[in-house]
Amino acid sequence: MTKNRIPLGPFHPLLEEAEYFELQIEGETVVDLDMEIGWMHRGHEYISEQKNFTQSIYLVERICGICSTSHPIACVRAIEDIDNLEIPIRAKYIRSLVGELERIHSHLLWLGLAGHFIGYDTVWMWAWKYRETVLEMMEIISGNRNHYGMMRVGGVGKDVKPKDIPDLLDKLDMIDEKMEMIAKVANDDPVLKARLKGVGVLSHEQAINYCATGPTSRASGVPGDVRRDDPHDAYGMLDFDVITAENGDVYDKLVVRVLEILESSKIIRQCLDKLSEVEGPILNNVEEISPGEGIGRYEAPRGEVFHYIRSDGSNRPVRHKVRAPSYVNIPTYEASCKGISVSDALITLASVDPCYCCTERSLKIRSDSEEKPDLLELSKQKTERIRREYNGN
Amino acid sequence: MIDLLFYLLIFPGLLFTAVLGLVVGWVDRKVSARFQYRVGPPFFQNFNDFFKLLGKQTIIVKDSVKSMFISAPLVSFGTLSLLAMLIGLPLFFGQSFGGDIFVVMYLMVIHSVMVVLGGSSTGNVYSSLGAGREIKLVLADELIFIIVILIPIVASGYELELAALIKAQSSGAFIGSVNGVIGFLAGLLCMQAKMTMQPFDIPEAETEIVEGPLMEYSGPLLGFWKLNHFMMYVVYPFLLILLYLGGFNLQGWGILWAVLKYLLIVVLMIILKNTNPRLQIDTALKFFWKILFPVVLIGLILAVLGV
Repeated sequence: MTKNRIPLGPFHPLLEEAEYFELQIEGETVVDLDMEIGWMHRGHEYISEQKNFTQSIYLVERICGICSTSHPIACVRAIEDIDNLEIPIRAKYIRSLVGELERIHSHLLWLGLAGHFIGYDTVWMWAWKYRETVLEMMEIISGNRNHYGMMRVGGVGKDVKPKDIPDLLDKLDMIDEKMEMIAKVANDDPVLKARLKGVGVLSHEQAINYCATGPTSRASGVPGDVRRDDPHDAYGMLDFDVITAENGDVYDKLVVRVLEILESSKIIRQCLDKLSEVEGPILNNVEEISPGEGIGRYEAPRGEVFHYIRSDGSNRPVRHKVRAPSYVNIPTYEASCKGISVSDALITLASVDPCYCCTERSLKIRSDSEEKPDLLELSKQKTERIRREYNGN
Repeated sequence: MIDLLFYLLIFPGLLFTAVLGLVVGWVDRKVSARFQYRVGPPFFQNFNDFFKLLGKQTIIVKDSVKSMFISAPLVSFGTLSLLAMLIGLPLFFGQSFGGDIFVVMYLMVIHSVMVVLGGSSTGNVYSSLGAGREIKLVLADELIFIIVILIPIVASGYELELAALIKAQSSGAFIGSVNGVIGFLAGLLCMQAKMTMQPFDIPEAETEIVEGPLMEYSGPLLGFWKLNHFMMYVVYPFLLILLYLGGFNLQGWGILWAVLKYLLIVVLMIILKNTNPRLQIDTALKFFWKILFPVVLIGLILAVLGV
């Protein structure tokens, strides 16, 4: 049978962002897949190195509009890690509270998009309607529906007022109710199961080999979760479960995300409970950052986000490295998309909830001349240079 | 002759079907919107869309087979007008000719064939994928659809005229029996597949292959494809009413009853559309052949037995 190439992107209804995939197909079966990332590169790391620490927190918030508190949390954790700073206990709960609210909104956003991608527009509109409630909660807490601007080095920027807590709990009740409905629908609907079960399977072994993170790996039965494995902020003091599933198909990824929303709501309830008891400051005054390097990890809605920051004692990071979860999740397409039909492959592409603007920290310009250095080579040289400079200090 | 032209071009043919189709298309969009907590478009939106497209530039792909590319939507449009007349005449005027049910059966396939031809004439990879899926979908639903038409024929005592089928239902519509219910529901699913609506909007899957066969169309030609789709909103439900719901009785309260019958089918289609995701093409094929085919076959046997 003749092979055909399907270009997917840079602009395609399936992709919210500019991205290019090329599917090699035989009939309707995908035999090979080529990924070309780099369309969303904006040079965030470089800009961050021109800003001071406070500014770079706001900058990384704008890496992604959906996980716009995961990057700041990882970033402030990296900065605090340089000096082993402790933050006030109230700030810890607020950080976890905002992070979990963001997880709910991100998963609901994915749920809606996934519904749209499989032609189920009713789910799309309904999920985004419920997401609206989460955005309202965010507005009550931070004053912003998106880009909350809550994180500071040494704490958080805004306190949760006790008078808002009953209202927040009411809204959370509504989300719980709707999520249980969606979980029930996902469990009962035979058409949805026929569409999603057994599609785009990422096996347990493959998930480990590709170092997949977040719901992508948890749906394949790899119980990795930074919140539990490296308890930071309030997570060590909270009671929650890491949701996993067995099969690693799209249906399991859906189930994992829906159950995670319920789990997040459980965490938020505990945080709000503690916030009405615990008194104290929300922000420690941090005068300066000493020379050194620090890392920050955080379980973003899509998986582990990692920030590395090196300081030379000035008020600016000398090196700021960001690794978003989609960077490791996107290559799993290699394993999960081959050998299935085009319509299955497309929902599989969407099922890891890829976020390209988070991912793209580098740009490769295609050139015909062979003399130009390879991207990997450039990266190695850069790492080597950083190591040399650091040891020199 | 003048009569025939009137039937074909005005009522119940082209003009009536097109206008009613656009109106019902608006009902579909509005009800779907209310399903999804949206407001929905204003009443004249579909008309505006169509006339806007008529005024737009037509881009014809350089490497395409031009004659096929241009004629596909127009032939489909003509066929649907003819179908509207053939189905409308027995419904509204009680006129028909011997064996016209076979003409209807053949004409029904032509739209799908034109989608395949128009889609594959461009050489676009999305379009050809969509055309391939359309072929598979026709293979899936056509046999079921023929049996759906056969059930009333058997139930009426082997009448092969549409008007005779309506007359056979004067004492009670076929949907009153078990075989009638089976046939009606299977027919509804076939309509859904023939109109490529969820869960069978596989050939046009917007988020997968970007409208598939229609991808390269623009301007008036796209307008005609869209109009064809809306005309099917009239033709197919009318056929189903004719076959199973006893046709129309346009006197006194009968008019309200007729509108209700029509709206019942349209609303059922809209509900199906809004409560189902898109299936894969192989699942659709399996559904039609492995599940629906035995069911309608049982319906046919029941019809022969007179249950």
